[in-house]
Amino acid sequence: MKPKQNSSTATAILDAEAMRRALRRIAHEIVEGNSNLETVVLAGIPSRGVEIARRISAFIREIANVDVDSGIIDVAMHRDDVGTRKELPVVHASKLPVPLEDRTVIIVDDVLYTGRTVRAAMDAINSFGRPARIQLAVLVDRGHRELPIRPDYVGKNLPTATREQIQVRLQETDNEPDGVYLQKQ
Amino acid sequence: MTTRWTRKDLLGLRELTADEINLVLETTNAFKQVGRREIKKVPALRGKTLINFFVEPSTRTRTSFELAAFRLSADVINIAATTSSLTKGETLKDTARNLEALHADIIVLRHSSAGAPQFLANRLQASVINAGDGAHEHPTQALLDLYTIREHRGKIAGLHVAIIGDILFSRVARSNIFGLLKLGARVTLVGPSTLVPREFEKLGVEVSYHIDEVLPKVDVVNLLRIQHERQRREYFPGLGEYIRLFGLTKQRAKLLKPDCLVMHPGPINRGVEIDSEVADGLQSVILDQVTNGLATRMAVLYLCGGIAA
Repeated sequence: MKPKQNSSTATAILDAEAMRRALRRIAHEIVEGNSNLETVVLAGIPSRGVEIARRISAFIREIANVDVDSGIIDVAMHRDDVGTRKELPVVHASKLPVPLEDRTVIIVDDVLYTGRTVRAAMDAINSFGRPARIQLAVLVDRGHRELPIRPDYVGKNLPTATREQIQVRLQETDNEPDGVYLQKQ
Repeated sequence: MTTRWTRKDLLGLRELTADEINLVLETTNAFKQVGRREIKKVPALRGKTLINFFVEPSTRTRTSFELAAFRLSADVINIAATTSSLTKGETLKDTARNLEALHADIIVLRHSSAGAPQFLANRLQASVINAGDGAHEHPTQALLDLYTIREHRGKIAGLHVAIIGDILFSRVARSNIFGLLKLGARVTLVGPSTLVPREFEKLGVEVSYHIDEVLPKVDVVNLLRIQHERQRREYFPGLGEYIRLFGLTKQRAKLLKPDCLVMHPGPINRGVEIDSEVADGLQSVILDQVTNGLATRMAVLYLCGGIAA
């Protein structure tokens, strides 16, 4: 997607430094919450979730000196709105270390909104096997869930109105400085 | 990649852009991974009905589409020429209206007449996928060939591909020519002059009647089956003559570069267009083509069947 120009109605929520701190804190919480980090798999949802997972993984290495496994979990073919859109999202290949039995898979995404993407991600993960646990880490939780899903690790809780938009920008995926913006429509 | 898929039908490669072809290949890659999961089924087309409508006999293509549809959770009905009312005199248009009355979402059509899929696509809301129409196009075969080449060589652009055999009657050759040229490959057609007329040069390919001169130069050879059933008169003196002049024999295969890929869309006439030793040899990717055909058809069904009608 083409990076949008932030108009005057966009409010900066997180700058690069705040984002760094938020992801580092998530990494700390993952280390504290998982006594056996060898069983953890960070599964990023393309495209920004994959980059965020990579950064969390680097922080975990810094904090605990452990290389956690990582993977990619694409949700396009597990979505519940296939056939209702004029345009299909691009499908990416998923990649997870198998077997998943006895492992903790942590889904990583940039923004948590309705929860439908996460539901699709859980279905996708289950087609690879039966992990011991699935957890969820997101950079921003903006509320408005349509499914009974809650995150385990949150960078920033941000109550929003449905007409507002959250824009996450990452250097690696968007070729723009790191930042999170709230766009009022 | 910024290209998005917006077509309800896949009728041929001639009308696709290079970006669209690359999008199908990328999507194929994602679906190929599904085949390695513990559960090889995704819910993408759950609730959709696919009709495999094969007015010409085919086992591998029909089975491939059927399995692809199962893996996408679609419901599948097979209609073969012998069991359809076409043999009772029903027109294609009436058959089509009946298929639509069954609320089919996707129709996969194999037909002996070029343009039959286009005819249906223009009249139906359902997605129409061309599974081979006359000597016109066979887009999914060409897409799986492109995917297989790219998988083994990492690219298409700059490669030199020889398509050998019965080009005149081959929809596989036509679709391959369009796809390969769009993605920047060089294409040489090889075969008897009766089956490889010079007119093909207008498409932007080279034509040669001397296989031994071509084999040492190419990165891929794609051998086509001699289609006995499609030939109403004799286009070459006899099979012995054909093998002597154009068969990829064990002896002749020694002319190939060591990393040249040997491809064949099947079914193989062993000992005619290709010797068994070559078909089963290290350079052969013929069975990869079959595996990739499944992922390619999943991608095509997902793309065409997944957008809103």
